Amino acid sequence: MSDNKYIYAVARIRSKELTLLNTAFMEQLVSAKGVSEAMSLLAEKGWSTGETGTSDFEQMLRSEEERTWDLIAELVKDMSVFDVFLYANDYHNLKAAIKEACSSQETPGIYISRGSIPVDTIKSAVSERDFSRLPERMREVASKAMDTLLHTRDGQICDAMVDRAALCDILRAGKESGSKILSDYGELTVATADIKIALRAAKTKKDAQFLKEAIAPCDTLDHTRLIETAAKGEDEVLTYLSGTVYSDAIDMLSKSASAFEKWCDDKMMDSIRQELYHPFTIGPLAAYILARQSEIRSVRIILTGKANDLSEETIRERIRATYV
Amino acid sequence: MTMGTVFALLGAALAALLAGVGSAIGVGRAGQAAAGVVTEDPNKFSQVLIMQLLPGTQGIYGLLIAFIALTNIGIMGGDANLSTSEGLLYFAACLPMAIVGLISAMQQSNAAVAGIALVNKRPDQFGKAMIFPAMVETYAILALLVSILSIFGVAALH
Repeated sequence: MSDNKYIYAVARIRSKELTLLNTAFMEQLVSAKGVSEAMSLLAEKGWSTGETGTSDFEQMLRSEEERTWDLIAELVKDMSVFDVFLYANDYHNLKAAIKEACSSQETPGIYISRGSIPVDTIKSAVSERDFSRLPERMREVASKAMDTLLHTRDGQICDAMVDRAALCDILRAGKESGSKILSDYGELTVATADIKIALRAAKTKKDAQFLKEAIAPCDTLDHTRLIETAAKGEDEVLTYLSGTVYSDAIDMLSKSASAFEKWCDDKMMDSIRQELYHPFTIGPLAAYILARQSEIRSVRIILTGKANDLSEETIRERIRATYV
Repeated sequence: MTMGTVFALLGAALAALLAGVGSAIGVGRAGQAAAGVVTEDPNKFSQVLIMQLLPGTQGIYGLLIAFIALTNIGIMGGDANLSTSEGLLYFAACLPMAIVGLISAMQQSNAAVAGIALVNKRPDQFGKAMIFPAMVETYAILALLVSILSIFGVAALH
């Protein structure tokens, strides 16, 4: 009977999928003469370009992100199933609040409004050092990261601790959801983040202690081996990865960080595409959220590229695979 | 009133009850999907309505079997005194429609929901989308035939 819960929502999402941007449209955007023409094309597709002019495409992208979440909130009564997508925002806000509290300076625009916990709750819990207002999963790391920043003034280790906690939570929430797509999302998010951290740490010659604070365990990577190899060097990490399910990524990792980012997003897109044919379950809704996030990311790449006069070829290399 | 009449009535009631329950669940599920499509595109109402109705036929078949059984038993006028073995024969005759009606209606609704998704994305493929849930109907019709033939066969015995 639980299958019945999402029949209406999935049917509506199927209609919404018709409005997602496809590869041909992305190509049209890439070929547009400038930001203005690209924005006009998006307006024809129903994107809320508003009357703010061509310079404020970030506002448009934020508004599109909000539209996605508003639609999902309309369709699903219990939004907590999608917390796995929002934990990263919560922990980003926690880092921002800790840094703001430690520096006693307010920085406008550093918080992300869409999270599973209201921004004000995080800000007040950190500024008053009353971590009991935070969910239990965040309390320990919030207190530890704040103490570390106050004692060492090392923002990097503070960030690493909070990011690791975020990754652990994403993995756990994905597994607990009971949905394959959410579980795969959690696993891939953590594994790719670990790979990025390991390579960056190997490049900057971070010690094993830092790596232990930064790398989160996951099922597809051997946590201990990744830390050991990262402490030795970049080549060791790549050699280790060649024996894992992420061996396809090695070429991209050798190429550039942005090529690897694209590989991660495209791999996620490949794994969610099967949801196009599932009429029940929460999977198609989760896939739609990821597809929208991916297309917004691609549009941001295109518009930023246009604004900075990047060549079509350079932009084309960076845009993500589409869901439809 | 004999035990035979009780068994026969139970069979007729089950045919209407289980097939009706299956259809109610099936039409309800397909209706949710249809409502989702119409929310976004009201022009597809007529197409999705037909798809929604497909799992509803089992309830009608169940009603038909119950009606024929009740007439032959004699409950709707006539002598309703059946022996236990006659009653059990009527009970058994109604079972195909009752059980197949319940299961096929629920399974047909799964195919109807998937068909509605197909119509949603490719309205020009409505004919093909109809065929998938309609295939499930075959088994409900076979059960209906077996139940009808059995009831008339049992009636000819006494």
